[in-house]
Amino acid sequence: MTEVVIAGIGQTRVGEFWDLSLRSLGVRAIRAAIKDSGGLQPQALYAGNMLAANLSRQAHVGTLLADFSGLAGIEAEALEAAGASGAAALRQGYLAVASGLVDVALVVGVEKYTDLIGPGVEAALATTTDSDFEAIHGLTPAAQAALLMRRYQHEFGLPADGLAGFVLTAHANGAGNPNAMYRKAITLEAYQKAEMVSDPLNLFDLAPNADGAAALILTRRDRLPRDFPHPVVQVAASASVSDTLGLHNRPEPLWFAAAQASVEQALKKAGLSREQIDLFEYYDAYSIYAALSLEAAGFAARGQGWKLAAEGESGLQGKIPCATMGGLKARGNPGGATGVYQAVEATLQLRGQAGANQIPDARCALIQALGGPASTAVTHVLKRAD
Amino acid sequence: MEIPRHWRLKQQRYGLVGEVCPHCQVKVFPPRDVCPNCGGEARTPYTFSGRGEVYSYTTIYEAPAGFEDKAPYTVALVKLEEGPLVTAQLTDLGDKPVEIGMPVEMVTRRLRQDGDDRSILIYGYKFRPVMN
Repeated sequence: MTEVVIAGIGQTRVGEFWDLSLRSLGVRAIRAAIKDSGGLQPQALYAGNMLAANLSRQAHVGTLLADFSGLAGIEAEALEAAGASGAAALRQGYLAVASGLVDVALVVGVEKYTDLIGPGVEAALATTTDSDFEAIHGLTPAAQAALLMRRYQHEFGLPADGLAGFVLTAHANGAGNPNAMYRKAITLEAYQKAEMVSDPLNLFDLAPNADGAAALILTRRDRLPRDFPHPVVQVAASASVSDTLGLHNRPEPLWFAAAQASVEQALKKAGLSREQIDLFEYYDAYSIYAALSLEAAGFAARGQGWKLAAEGESGLQGKIPCATMGGLKARGNPGGATGVYQAVEATLQLRGQAGANQIPDARCALIQALGGPASTAVTHVLKRAD
Repeated sequence: MEIPRHWRLKQQRYGLVGEVCPHCQVKVFPPRDVCPNCGGEARTPYTFSGRGEVYSYTTIYEAPAGFEDKAPYTVALVKLEEGPLVTAQLTDLGDKPVEIGMPVEMVTRRLRQDGDDRSILIYGYKFRPVMN
């Protein structure tokens, strides 16, 4: 297949932007990515968005973004796979270029949370669960994570503050990311004192829902401008796997089977082993998901994922650096944009442009976004190609 | 108002009616007409006993729209004695602390109100501690 490279990256800061709309966020990221690519003109736009129809009463997001970024006339569609929407858009862009259907694809992820405030946001998020058999009982995505966290405590003897390591690592890394929502390290005491959102999941176990947009320009390697100023980063593999939508329909809820399968497929396609992965951008929308993702990806044995963070092995100097730019937890979780942020951040690492958070000589990155409790798992391998 | 949607689900909401696979006998809830175990067609209705135990649970403090006035409330994954897990609220808890493994039984309660104070009330299954 054609070698697909990331020619351009763009991102807005993540946060609460009352003065910016869904479209203006998206357009900013798109323009930044096109500029970063040296002005490549996309022939297709794939947008990752989760909840605009609920939050902003706006569907048809692909065409909206193409139109307002001056690209009307090209192909434009939005993809929705809950929290994996942005990663699904990346996969679509990858497929479009790899298949030879287009030379240049634009991938953009955008989420605009703050058009709605209050319990409506939780209700919108709950539409990503099984509406007839989960949401109707008052279950939310955070509560799903809490159910898993409680069961994990029960089965594996996880201490009450056993997941704190993930949160502390993420916030420490967020401090070095100028686009992160939270740029301040936090203490173990702050974690221990945080109020409950959905017992036993506290406010710090939960990544903040926030506004943001990120974009990528994908192309074939031979289409890069002659004077392309960045080290070349290749999309070495893409894999997407589904599981049951409802958490209750899993034979083993504490095992993220789709996350495991998509990592396995991605590594195989990239021809890489786990030991060759220099960083893992996992989907830490909830701290328990970080533990379960590390286990599913094979970086830890079952029931042991939390210890990697507790022992500092998921930090920038650890065995497997995770959430290197703050992760969802500290960078913020802009819903359908998250998968694209992960790709932008991994590209910064592989180019050597990650500033204070640079992993020395990073060559291979694994990035994974989840829809729901790994009801969808989309995994990509990015690789420095020189 | 979503009357047809709730009406359509009345067998499940009021009776915990799922399916049993005629090929491999696996019990299925919610119904999906395709057996998750063997892949065969499974359309035979099966009424669950409503007895089970708590597999996991959480108390929700930040409730979604439609449930704000109920917060905090407790949602559980209940392991039915026939096998499947089901998501449902726990009710009638009194001072009893919830524990994983606690025996529970199905009851019918108000789930939520659909819309404003003139709209329909939605009833369905919840689970309470087994009365001894």
